[in-house]
Amino acid sequence: MKPSSVPPAIAQPTSREIMLSGAWTVNGVDAIQSQLDAFVPAQTALDVDGAGIEALDTAGAWILHKFLARLRDQGAVVEVHNLRSEFARLLEVVAEHVADQPAPATSKSPTGFAHIGRNTMAGMEQTVALFSFVGASASAFGGCLAHPSRFRWRAILFNIRSAGFDALPIVGLLSFLLGIVVAYQGADQLRRYGANIFVVDLVGLSMLREFAPLITAIIIAGRSGSAYAAQIGTMSVTEEIDAMRTIGIEPLELLVLPKIMALVIALPLLTVFADVFGVFGGMIMARAQLGVDFSEFIHRFAKAISVTAYLVGIGKAPAFAAIITVIGCFQGFRTKGGADSVGRQTTRSVVQSIFLVIVVDALFSIAFSALGI
Amino acid sequence: MQNQIIPDEAVISLRKVSTRFGDHLVHSELDLDVRRAEVFALIGGSGSGKSTLLREMILLQRPSSGTIQVLGVDLHKLGADEARALRLRWGVMFQQGGLFGSLTVKENIGLPLREHTQLRDGLIDEIAAWKLSLTGLAPEVGAQYPSELSGGMMKRASLARALALDPELLFLDEPTAGLDPDSAAGIDELVRKLRDLFGLTIVMITHDLDLLWQVTDRVAVLAEGKVQGLGSMTELQKMDTPAIRQFFDGPRGRAAQQQAGQIPTLVASPF
Ligand SMILES: Nc1ncnc2c1ncn2[C@@H]1O[C@H](COP(=O)(O)OP(=O)(O)OP(=O)(O)O)[C@@H](O)[C@H]1O
Ligand SMILES: [Mg+2]
Repeated sequence: MKPSSVPPAIAQPTSREIMLSGAWTVNGVDAIQSQLDAFVPAQTALDVDGAGIEALDTAGAWILHKFLARLRDQGAVVEVHNLRSEFARLLEVVAEHVADQPAPATSKSPTGFAHIGRNTMAGMEQTVALFSFVGASASAFGGCLAHPSRFRWRAILFNIRSAGFDALPIVGLLSFLLGIVVAYQGADQLRRYGANIFVVDLVGLSMLREFAPLITAIIIAGRSGSAYAAQIGTMSVTEEIDAMRTIGIEPLELLVLPKIMALVIALPLLTVFADVFGVFGGMIMARAQLGVDFSEFIHRFAKAISVTAYLVGIGKAPAFAAIITVIGCFQGFRTKGGADSVGRQTTRSVVQSIFLVIVVDALFSIAFSALGI
Repeated sequence: MQNQIIPDEAVISLRKVSTRFGDHLVHSELDLDVRRAEVFALIGGSGSGKSTLLREMILLQRPSSGTIQVLGVDLHKLGADEARALRLRWGVMFQQGGLFGSLTVKENIGLPLREHTQLRDGLIDEIAAWKLSLTGLAPEVGAQYPSELSGGMMKRASLARALALDPELLFLDEPTAGLDPDSAAGIDELVRKLRDLFGLTIVMITHDLDLLWQVTDRVAVLAEGKVQGLGSMTELQKMDTPAIRQFFDGPRGRAAQQQAGQIPTLVASPF
């Protein structure tokens, strides 16, 4: 409402009379609140004169109502006079609805152990839900295997393009830069021992075994995993998922399986691409810093790097792919409520899938070292 | 409340408003006036440009040409501060509610108060709870999130938020669409009550014939980019522009008229 110039006021010309004046609107009433709270009636019969009130909105009426109610509660007999008729009506309406005021909020935020317990339960519930999601996806996959016509080939191809092919530039660039960094970091140490040529082993092994699969998985988790969560999350908010079920389309078959299959195919290929660019980056750095030229590099590479190293790296990619899609889709399906929840689940999907990718990578390393690969 | 009610004073006036999307002309030189303290409805077929017109009135969209005045302010030449001040003087209830999903219903209702006034939090909560009960929602609803509400509750909560700052002007987009007859009747009642209580001017888009017959003062029929007819439902009923006849002559149109006591049953069902 229009800001009013005259602030609300209360005066007590005689011990029986209370005079109210000014604009009792949302912009000014806060000032009078403390005055009203401090007001002590001088006697039990009171006449409230509202003639001076020139504006009253719901906020003002609410405060006025509370004031009058308090006086009445304290045993005073209060009569209101001279209030403009529309103001009087507003005051009546306020009084009508006042009985509906809710009880003061009783929810306490949990403390100490209760908090820990609640978080643990939530974590356990999520883990169980994740396992059952994996189970449901696996059984949907089994169902499709039994009836291969139920595979959504178009969706699979589409996902290979969007999650794989479209990611080539960023994967290539980042692994190239990573190759440069690895070679540069090693260069100084190697030169000190005159072991310049071993830069090939350094770059080759670290890129092929570890860095290429890892950087690719992390990029894809950020790029595609988040997109999966956001897409499915938005669809469940807008009831598209429910609609799909009603029409008789299994959301897991249409939304999840094609994504998993596409990424299980695309991620190893992307990893190969990252291998090539990473090693190429290392090669360029080796020539610039250590004077190892390209032919020398490639000659050494063929001798020093076994096929096993290459296969170990590529072999991890499908596992990473499964983690990224399953977590992305799972978090998408867990979206409840509105836009806010979509954002939260998307963040969660990226954090969790990168976390799990690194954990699984570490497990692979332990397993490989136990197996002596 | 503090506005004196001058009958026939226009709170919204549109002059020669044209809107085009690409080469699709939605409004062509449309004129319209909404008077103070009336309940005004915009009706018309799907795609006739009702929502677009509403969006133009509430500063969400600009017409391609023409002038729009709301509460005496020309929307065309408006600075950022003036636009902000003007926006506080109206409330809008969106078709889908437009409630913020991350806030509880009570926080949603209190948000305009928190943003634009200096009231203390306790007081804001009390006022929000009061508005909630004014719109007929149970006090417990205040603590719920919009995603937990039914369609009708969502509309009421959205209305409560639109009323938070005691606006002079209220815009409702399809206030009863998707509601059961009981809730819809509740909304009828509420609209009437608000107008009587606060002297609100209410502009709404609706297809709900009951709402149109029961609460509106004047109705504008939009078709082919123009206002084809304007007047009370009874007046519109007597006009014979095709766009208007279409509206009244359908089976549902007849039923609602009967209910409103406008035509005797005999005439409505001659066979
Ligand atoms: N952003 C936009 N871009 C292009 N065309 C639009 C846009 N918004 C609306 N239109 C077109 O303008 C016309 C009027 O749309 P509007 O939403 O105002 O219709 P309406 O009268 O509200 O219909 P309904 O009753 O179905 O809600 C439609 O033909 C629509 O296609
Ligand atoms: Mg519309």
